[in-house]
Amino acid sequence: MSGPNRRVALKVVGATLGAGAFAYAGRPVAQWAANLDLDEVLTRHYKELTPEDLAQILRRLEAETQETYGVDVRIEDIPPQDGVSFGYALNLSLCIGCRKCVEACHQENNHDRRTNNSYIRVLEMEQGSFDMEKGTVDYDHTVPAPGKYYMPVQCQQCDDAPCVTVCPVEATWKEKDGIVVVDYNWCIGCRYCEAACPYHARRFNWRAPEIPADEINPDQGYLSNRIRPQGVVEKCTFCLHRTRKGLLPACLEACPTGSRVFGTLLDPKSDIRWVLEHKRVYVLKEELGTRPRFFYFFDK
Amino acid sequence: MRSLSIAVAAAAATLVACGTDQPRPSRPPPGPPAFAVEINQPARLTSVETGEVDALGRPLRVACVTCHSLRAPTALPTSTAELDEFHQGLEFAHGELSCASCHVAGEQRTLRKADGTEVDMRDAMVLCRQCHGQQARDYDHGAHGGMTGHWDLSVGGRVRNHCVDCHDPHVPAFQPMQPAPGPRDRGSSRRTTMGNH
Repeated sequence: MSGPNRRVALKVVGATLGAGAFAYAGRPVAQWAANLDLDEVLTRHYKELTPEDLAQILRRLEAETQETYGVDVRIEDIPPQDGVSFGYALNLSLCIGCRKCVEACHQENNHDRRTNNSYIRVLEMEQGSFDMEKGTVDYDHTVPAPGKYYMPVQCQQCDDAPCVTVCPVEATWKEKDGIVVVDYNWCIGCRYCEAACPYHARRFNWRAPEIPADEINPDQGYLSNRIRPQGVVEKCTFCLHRTRKGLLPACLEACPTGSRVFGTLLDPKSDIRWVLEHKRVYVLKEELGTRPRFFYFFDK
Repeated sequence: MRSLSIAVAAAAATLVACGTDQPRPSRPPPGPPAFAVEINQPARLTSVETGEVDALGRPLRVACVTCHSLRAPTALPTSTAELDEFHQGLEFAHGELSCASCHVAGEQRTLRKADGTEVDMRDAMVLCRQCHGQQARDYDHGAHGGMTGHWDLSVGGRVRNHCVDCHDPHVPAFQPMQPAPGPRDRGSSRRTTMGNH
């Protein structure tokens, strides 16, 4: 008599534990469904949005930022300008590896404070070597160090961008002014683009960024520096929320040496055109055929 | 029930929403330059630091003439070792130059070019150009020296650094510094992970 009873009791206990574990394991799904906004599910691709749809999304994102971070921000959608095609050049003879550009990017683009994330990595390279594998990014000593040179690397805004080609949902594309953008609302976080990029220029938001309210940059672009949600990929946009309004990118303004030259390639009188025409410029990993818009040069 | 309705709505939306791209608003190309490129005027050209701060906490600077007017002009020394009253302990490491290469005895607001032409202290960059032509050429094309403001001068102006903002004329080498903090993400250990592609 005692045998079956114990069996039943064990079955009941097992079933209870199993159901409990299942409910616990399924908790994120339930939470996810509770947070799911019908408007968000039904939204169309960025390129198919009418101006009214887009305005509504921007206001919703502003409200969400206020709710989550306690800050009033202004999120704009700034389309590319006609007759503008951006290019960027960096003088490796001048760069001293001070990471001021990294810091400026971190602040301008509302990056996660915990990881000290930035779209720029400065590689400390050995004189006489061009092997990026041997470069280090976490150096922490007075710069410039003897026998070293410094190479900041960020998104090269390739004209034949592998990251765009591999995206299975068209959440990333090239705009007509040359900037490769990501729609964080459309990205599914598969990280194919991160793997495809030969310049290690894309970052994945493992967590939602942590930023103190008083440090959040309130001038935000939908396709650039608005605070990214968890689980999406992000990248340098040449500060399009600044540059599409005629301003210089934040990394350039922060550079104490003037290593960075930015402008439109379509203006023959621009600084960037002068550099391309008078300096011996090259692109990173030319052999891959990505056709970057980011150029490097040496003075001597 | 709610998730079901969302799923149904999503499926319906997918069928309906396979729409076409919306035309994006056009923005006119940049116009002709309407704003100026200014060159910053560093305070060190016309005054010296005292190391003290004023009531508002700003560094207190004293115009050169404040002290120099108290002493009759004498011939310029040839090296910093000869300084007996003003600028004692001044470091100097700028090639083979001597004080008189740039300065004029008794004149604190004037510099002198190699050909004897006198220039105002605020136009010191004219002096630098005499020897540093390559840097001057690059500077003129935005490829040397920091700047802030607009790339598009039809929208707003730009402010350029003065030579002296970054290069102390007496010790012009760009000074080493401690870098800003590096990344702390998981991809940034010793290796750059930029290979293997």
